[in-house]
Amino acid sequence: MKQTSIKARYLVNLAAALLLFALAVVIGMTGGSTMKLKITPSLWQCSYLIIMAASLNLVLGFLGQLSLGHCGFMAVGAYAASLFSLALQRAGFYTEKSGPAFMLVLLLSFLIAGASAALLGLLVGIPALRLKGDYLAIITLGFGMIIVNLINNLPFCGQQGLSQGSASSALYATGLGFSNDEKMQYLWVAALVVILCMTVMFMFVRSKYGRCIRAIRDNEIAAAASGINVSYYKVMTFTISAFFAGITGTLYACCNASLSTTSFAFTNGSILNSVFIVVMVVVGGMGSLTGSVIAAVVLFLLNYTIKNGAWVAALPAFLQNVFTYPMLVYSIALIVVIMFRPRGIMGSREFALCDIPKWPAWISSYFASRGLEKSAKKEAANHG
Amino acid sequence: MAEKITPVLETKKLGISFGGLHAVQDFNIQIYSGELVGLIGPNGAGKTTVFNLLTGVYVPTEGTVLLDGVPLNGKKTHQFVEAGIARTFQNIRLFNDMTVLENVKAACTKDIHYNLLDATFRTSKFWRAEKASTDRCMELLAICHLEDKADLLASSLPYGQQRKLEIARALATNMKVLLLDEPAAGMNPTETAELLSCINTIRDRFGVAILLIEHDMSLVMNVCERIQVIDYGQTIASGLPEEIAKNPKVIAAYLGE
Amino acid sequence: MITFIQFLITGLRLGSVYALIALGYTMVYGIIKLINFAHGDFIMVGGYSLFFTIPIMMNVGIPGWLAVVPAIVVCACVGMLVELLAYRPVRKTGNNLTCLITAIAMSFVLENLAQAIPAIGPDPKVPYTLFAKTISVGGVAISHATIITVAVSAVIMAALYFFTQKSRIGCAMRCVSEDKEAATLMGINVNHTIIVTFGIGAGLAAVAALMYIAQYPKVFTTMGATLGIYAFVAAVLGGIGSLPGAVLGGLLIGIVQSGANTYISSSMSDTFVYLILIIVLMIRPAGILGKNVGEKV
Repeated sequence: MKQTSIKARYLVNLAAALLLFALAVVIGMTGGSTMKLKITPSLWQCSYLIIMAASLNLVLGFLGQLSLGHCGFMAVGAYAASLFSLALQRAGFYTEKSGPAFMLVLLLSFLIAGASAALLGLLVGIPALRLKGDYLAIITLGFGMIIVNLINNLPFCGQQGLSQGSASSALYATGLGFSNDEKMQYLWVAALVVILCMTVMFMFVRSKYGRCIRAIRDNEIAAAASGINVSYYKVMTFTISAFFAGITGTLYACCNASLSTTSFAFTNGSILNSVFIVVMVVVGGMGSLTGSVIAAVVLFLLNYTIKNGAWVAALPAFLQNVFTYPMLVYSIALIVVIMFRPRGIMGSREFALCDIPKWPAWISSYFASRGLEKSAKKEAANHG
Repeated sequence: MAEKITPVLETKKLGISFGGLHAVQDFNIQIYSGELVGLIGPNGAGKTTVFNLLTGVYVPTEGTVLLDGVPLNGKKTHQFVEAGIARTFQNIRLFNDMTVLENVKAACTKDIHYNLLDATFRTSKFWRAEKASTDRCMELLAICHLEDKADLLASSLPYGQQRKLEIARALATNMKVLLLDEPAAGMNPTETAELLSCINTIRDRFGVAILLIEHDMSLVMNVCERIQVIDYGQTIASGLPEEIAKNPKVIAAYLGE
Repeated sequence: MITFIQFLITGLRLGSVYALIALGYTMVYGIIKLINFAHGDFIMVGGYSLFFTIPIMMNVGIPGWLAVVPAIVVCACVGMLVELLAYRPVRKTGNNLTCLITAIAMSFVLENLAQAIPAIGPDPKVPYTLFAKTISVGGVAISHATIITVAVSAVIMAALYFFTQKSRIGCAMRCVSEDKEAATLMGINVNHTIIVTFGIGAGLAAVAALMYIAQYPKVFTTMGATLGIYAFVAAVLGGIGSLPGAVLGGLLIGIVQSGANTYISSSMSDTFVYLILIIVLMIRPAGILGKNVGEKV
């Protein structure tokens, strides 16, 4: 009985994923100029924000450790993918950004980016064995900064890259960097990567691995006393989380003609920084992968309207100033969410397509229980 | 005859000191399969410290813990559990944001055999292993009368049931020795009686050795076959319940002369 | 040799500023076990307060450095407000993790709010230079700012130490940091003590701001973020929660940074600071002078 219902759920999700993928292919073939200039670049940005948020959620929401250097892993992935593809391009392995040779390069770029970030994740995971909470947060912050600092000082990561480079915070060439046309043409790649990454993360979380990680989050000592190898699972989570962050680096390298380490800092003017990823995870729900996806998309859209919306110009001068630095808005939103829903809006609940028919019942029961709580409180107050 | 069998759990001169303070000293105990032994002593006598030593939470500064005659020196907590020592905690430590069933399943991890690839591709191996584990955990929950609570959050259970869930979780590790740290603390007499029947069922059904810390003297005297008393980290008496009840040292330790 | 002495002096001066900031981190951490990420931004608040008040003071004829008094008041108020509006409500509902996230968010609120205020804006401003004179001892140039920074820091640290050890409220602070519930039972007003701690910590940040702008006459909205992180590293290095540890850590970080600048490369000094932090934490998680407190089982 339960088995069949799970199968039904898988089928519904598979259908949804195929639909998404087909949509990306169709857009790539038929999209007009708005599609090309505005929507497609946004979809690419969303694709890496979604995976970033979800992969950070593995560490922050499921393992319960704050990592403040998540963008560092993305930086490693982005640079690894760019330099790798650049090397092959200069070697003449491919010239056009199409054809089987390029597809192979693209595939390898994803894998190399993921692997190099995972290796660093492993390195960060080791301090996680001895430290937790605040201290670990600082260590991850430090790691993120060291990564950026080192990349800035590596000659082959700067300017024209590889043998033609000199130490610099910017890499002016990536072998991937798609034009708007190519972004549209390869939109399916972004869609496919998101679908695959999200599926793998879901399967990971909904298995004995996910169970162990959550057990460690809830009570590390009890987890060890239940036979869970705490060290192993901690390092594993950090590594896997870093792996996916590395993959997003490739997506980022595809999106941009040049890379700059400031894009991967702890904080910066744009929304691609480690703190903003934390905002996404917390607002979406610590322990809810779908929450992260929704939060990434919603916050991206919010940021987009703040940056490009005509309505901002109609506001009084002070508010306009506020919206010029939208991190203020996000930070306040973050604090408010934490005050009222400490585990984020979705908490650890997951959005499921098959559950939509049940929503009305859930909502009414939620309000009913709220009512009960209130009346119980009143009664208690009366008795007191 | 009994002396010839290897005790399932044995300690030899077990001790630990924290910066000069000997919290536990020269602690020796032998427990045989199917036995129910009580560990009692006044507050701060070092009972929980003994448990922490027996489960690898603390590393002893002297002595060894042997399980089936095999020393467990230098092993980590989870390896102690793999070897067969499981415990509950005095201050309840559940996985609060997980369901009752998940709490128990988390403790089965070492017996669920599939790898990352199986999990990712949801192979039949994955489904079989998960199903087998769920079935077993539901049985364990049934022993502790929690089977109808399987899908509730652990933190939503009332106090007495949380204690039972801890026991169910410990059972899931497939242990040879079960250490219970004040399982009846904060329970009313009905709950305590239920707990007692639960403990007896466990012993009869799994044939495990149980070491019990308890303050409720009537409970200890009723169920334990042997009792060991410690005070200031040292064993002051051990023997049958009726001997312990009459032992002047024990009376002095409890009444504080 | 002269380079060496110069590097030591620069390190000492930088380290004294870090130490002052680190004291604020450590005091707050000691009492509510929270890394107050917004602490760095209190320096920014102090910096701007000084930037606006120094010219006014000079016009009236009062020495410019006395502007530190209103700066302390402003910073202390901001510090207490942050505690009241953000940290206290979150502490009630959340755990350590959510408190930490709130602190990070609060830091961003302060920075971006400052940028949104038209009189401040995103561009750096140059405040009036204080203590600009230099004296020369055996070929080594020492500015007045250096001497004053080191001296003031030393005096403040000593005063703070005696304050926490001897005064009534200092004693209350130590009680609260040991055990909040027991402190409540002993009739200590915990929330009051926490607020006072925030006030003092933020006040110290104002002094640090004065010392900092005497060395580097520039104020900008993100000045606190980097400065704060170094000071935080200092606090952790010394053993967070320990006042002497904060001072020791501050001086160490100052000297390491100045050493890396002098002898290696200024662009790598960040890496060295963090490497030291990581190594120390791996070897001694509680820092050099911190107590290692494990979870009770």
